Amino acid sequence: MDKDDYIVRFENVQKSYDGETLVVKNFNIDIERGEFLTMLGPSGSGKTTCLMMLAGFEPATNGEIYLNGSPINNVPPHKRGIGMVFQNYALFPHMSVAENLAFPLKVRGMSKSDSEAKVKRALGMVRLDEFGGRRPGQLSGGQQQRVAVARALVFEPDLVLMDEPLGALDKNLREEMQFEIKHIHESLGVSVVYVTHDQSEALTMSNRIAVFNDGVVQQLAAPEVLYEKPENAFVAQFIGENNKLTGKVTAIDGDIAQVTLDGGGDKVAALAVKCGGVGEKSQLSIRPERVILGDEDVPNKMSGKVVELIYLGDHIRCRMEVGDSSEFIVKVANSHAHAALKVGEVTPIGWVTEDCRALDVL
Amino acid sequence: MSNAQASDAGVISADGVPLKVSLARALRRQKIRALMLIAPLLIFVVISFIAPIADMLFRSVENSIVPDTLPKTVVALQEWDPASNEAPGEAIYAAMHADLVIAAEQKIHTRVGQRLNYEAPGVSSLFRKTGRRVDRMEPGNYKEQFLAIDKDWGNVEIWRTIHRFSGNYTSGYFLSAADAELTPDGIELVPENERIYLTLFVRTLVLSFTITLTCALLGYPIAFLLSNLPMRTSNMLLILVLLPFWTSLLVRTSSWIVLLQQQGVINDLLVSIGILDDQNRLELMYNQIGTIIAMTHILLPFMILPLYSVMKTISPSYVRAAKSLGANDWTAFWKIYFPNSIPGIGAGAILVFILSIGYYITPELVGGTSGIFISNRIAYHISSSLNWGLAAALGVILLALILVFYWLYDKIVGIDNVSLG
Amino acid sequence: MKSMYTLATAAAALMAMSSAQAEDMTIVSWGGAYSASQQAAYHDPYMKLNPDVNIINDESSNEAVAKMRAMAEAGNITWDVVDVVAADAIRLCDEGLAIEIDPDKDLAPAPDGTPASEDFGELLVSPCYIPQIVYSTTFGYRTDVAEWGGKEPEDLCAVFDTETFPGKRSLEKRPINNVEWALLCDGVAPDKIYDVLSTDAGVEQALAKLATIRDDVIWWSAGAETPQRLADGEAVIGSTYNGRLFSVIEEQKQPVKMLWDWQVFDLDGWIVPAGLPEDRLKRAMDYIYFATDTQRLADQAKYISYGPARKSSAPLVGKHAELGIEMAPHMPTDPNNAKNTLLYNYEWWADNRDDLDAKFQAWLAQ
Repeated sequence: MDKDDYIVRFENVQKSYDGETLVVKNFNIDIERGEFLTMLGPSGSGKTTCLMMLAGFEPATNGEIYLNGSPINNVPPHKRGIGMVFQNYALFPHMSVAENLAFPLKVRGMSKSDSEAKVKRALGMVRLDEFGGRRPGQLSGGQQQRVAVARALVFEPDLVLMDEPLGALDKNLREEMQFEIKHIHESLGVSVVYVTHDQSEALTMSNRIAVFNDGVVQQLAAPEVLYEKPENAFVAQFIGENNKLTGKVTAIDGDIAQVTLDGGGDKVAALAVKCGGVGEKSQLSIRPERVILGDEDVPNKMSGKVVELIYLGDHIRCRMEVGDSSEFIVKVANSHAHAALKVGEVTPIGWVTEDCRALDVL
Repeated sequence: MSNAQASDAGVISADGVPLKVSLARALRRQKIRALMLIAPLLIFVVISFIAPIADMLFRSVENSIVPDTLPKTVVALQEWDPASNEAPGEAIYAAMHADLVIAAEQKIHTRVGQRLNYEAPGVSSLFRKTGRRVDRMEPGNYKEQFLAIDKDWGNVEIWRTIHRFSGNYTSGYFLSAADAELTPDGIELVPENERIYLTLFVRTLVLSFTITLTCALLGYPIAFLLSNLPMRTSNMLLILVLLPFWTSLLVRTSSWIVLLQQQGVINDLLVSIGILDDQNRLELMYNQIGTIIAMTHILLPFMILPLYSVMKTISPSYVRAAKSLGANDWTAFWKIYFPNSIPGIGAGAILVFILSIGYYITPELVGGTSGIFISNRIAYHISSSLNWGLAAALGVILLALILVFYWLYDKIVGIDNVSLG
Repeated sequence: MKSMYTLATAAAALMAMSSAQAEDMTIVSWGGAYSASQQAAYHDPYMKLNPDVNIINDESSNEAVAKMRAMAEAGNITWDVVDVVAADAIRLCDEGLAIEIDPDKDLAPAPDGTPASEDFGELLVSPCYIPQIVYSTTFGYRTDVAEWGGKEPEDLCAVFDTETFPGKRSLEKRPINNVEWALLCDGVAPDKIYDVLSTDAGVEQALAKLATIRDDVIWWSAGAETPQRLADGEAVIGSTYNGRLFSVIEEQKQPVKMLWDWQVFDLDGWIVPAGLPEDRLKRAMDYIYFATDTQRLADQAKYISYGPARKSSAPLVGKHAELGIEMAPHMPTDPNNAKNTLLYNYEWWADNRDDLDAKFQAWLAQ
């Protein structure tokens, strides 16, 4: 594919602040037009640095960033034409909401009447028509957030960057805003690069997610792929809830690896995703909802001792001792069949081979 | 039934006292406790701040020394017409004699002489001289005897002065402070060669404005730099900013003398590199330039500190946001950063302006004749001439001027727009 | 000098600690070399004789009048003996802030039995005042000014002659002395000066004479400024107290000479604040009796070049304690130096100071 088909391309980008350690190690990504791409990772993983390099606030130490096909390493931020929503909104406190929105239009020399029309439309888009005259300080957190989004979009950029924009909001408002941003993205067709450390936010909103750790993209994929098919132990752990069992690979047969678990010696078959060769250590990853409780007909059968039961309405969280892990979680549907589970009880469990992935050891 | 009662007498609390009374009692206890907590501060403020100001206000009009020391004369003088060009009659001299005998015994006649000497030069020695001999006067024929001691006792001006300043209160100090005096024809400006205070008030304000402006111009970039450097570096630089506070004011001022005088370091340097001719050395001090330079240096920290603490709170994301929205560096600074730093400029400007209005040591040492402030005259009247009434009147006017400027500032900029960070 | 003074103070403090029952006596003076000379000539010997007294130095003399008035108003007199110039003493006496002294009762007679009132003579300018020293305000000039072509000022009027002696002058920022000198050099007879000054035209005349050199004047308000300016070459001729010039010439060895012509004599001495409690008053008077006797006044001249106020002290003046030079020729009262002199006219200035000062300051501000 030609690089012009992408709105943004990072090519072998590296970043170091002190000349000794790399914060971003060889970052490569192509972002498609109209895409909602999320950079997800724990703090210090390099995701925000990548965003700042794209916005132009941090120079890349090495490598090249392209925007619409042209290199932008030497283009100052104000000439990049990228909209940006900041973590704490960065609304100008000395200007009214309308003045905040008009700012990008004014610096572009737009006429007053055009500017007013656009500001009005943008306010309508975020349902704040009545609030143009207020100061940011007089708005609630959610309203400020919407103003920030509207301001980043009012000058109609093709690309909008959002740096943990919902971090300061409470849970309900955050979920509401997630849908609102998603909706705006879809209706405008603008490309969005979104940074967050909240995996559920990333899963809800994104077309693709780049999972960052230690300056390296661990996996770049659509949300369902990340969840269903994590490529390595970090992604499996970071995205969603995960049970891990450690063991040693004893045989590999095609896609299937045979693993002997530590502490107990149970033998398990798993998809050989990233487990190295025979004799190497591996971490097995099984999602709690894929574990089958009871004596069913599945390839992998073990037994587990119930340590703790937490009633959650639609399902019961059951913590078990399995192999050498005492943190093995099983989500049990709240149905008649399993209603009689008791703490201390030893019960058979199992899973199909495809649900268990043999990964690297962290 | 009970509802009707309640609406008549108000709600009754459990012990039968009306609820309103119980509430007031409970709140009062809370208020007293709060008041006791701030009591030490309150007492301190009253003693060290409000009382001196009240005392100063009072002194600027107080004149009871004349009627207290010369009670009979003051009463007798009411009969005398100051517009007449004749000295008063025997009765008034007799009253003066009676007053002076008592005053000389208590040794307070010289004090009233001092007081009246502010208004009419010569009264001081007249009273001192007369006080020494007043108890040796023969009864009767007092006018003759007074004139024998000093012929000034026949001077109508002296009697007019006593007559004019015989009340318990006087506007004389305020008039003097405004270069005016009370004459038989009403209030008039003093002769041109004695006018000084109005000039000094204007000069004090103009120079203070200039100093505030130079402080802001110099302090702004420094504060900007400090607030944008990493913590470690900025803390060290901040210590450099505060360093002058650890040196005595006199030492700092003296070092400016060493630098600025005509045979000083700066002139020597300019001459040695050939920019200046040895005959045309610059006059950098003993004038307004000297005052402005030295005071700017001394007051600069008072501008930098509030500016720094305000700038510290301006999130760097504002400027980044502005740039991401398409503003170039200058626009981002001027439209976004600068307006947000105005509260710091406001606080710094108020501090510097008020401090510089009251400075006198530095202007005295480096200001020559054209660079001194009204405070120098206040200090002179407090410590040298002992004319505390005039000093108080000048102080009151200065205080009033500051309040006017404060009010103007509130009108123009808004006092909410001041922040120390 | 300074370190000597510090040492002396430290020694005094140690002595105070060793004598447990020592009573503090606060003596106010000018600080610097002057206080050091008093410490050596008066305080140390007095404390040696009276181990139960501990003298504390307070350097507040330049604001003594204002502070004493404030103390009297507050009813809390913390000073025991105060060193002031004569004009301030007269003022304090007028205000009733200082007690009156009977010289023959309260002060020691001369060694030959002459009563103190005669020994001090006309220098007892106020009933509250015991003079210690006669100092003068006079001029010093640099001897190495190239533009003067080898000439040196010989009389007072050289100050006003900017043709022959170009360069900056350093004058005190107040009318006292300056207007007298201006009139003297404007042809007014010495004995007519105050008659002339008592008229508006006379004041105009004096200011007009000063106006002829106004652009060449740097004004001073602290006594240390002229010596510093002379040493720096910032001024070529300037007025100050003769003791300050002595230290510039003899201690710092600067190329500066004295111009004694028409020096103005003034006095420095003690007053005792009014309103002291009985025991402190007794101690203060005892100190005064000791510190103003003939020998003590002569001793002070070993440390600083000011003339003792008693006639009987003059023959006892010896050599400088450190420099070892004869002090008599450096005294303002030495006949060679005192050919033309003025005595500060206390009475006239007490009456006219405020008025003339206003005119002078207005003239400066023009």
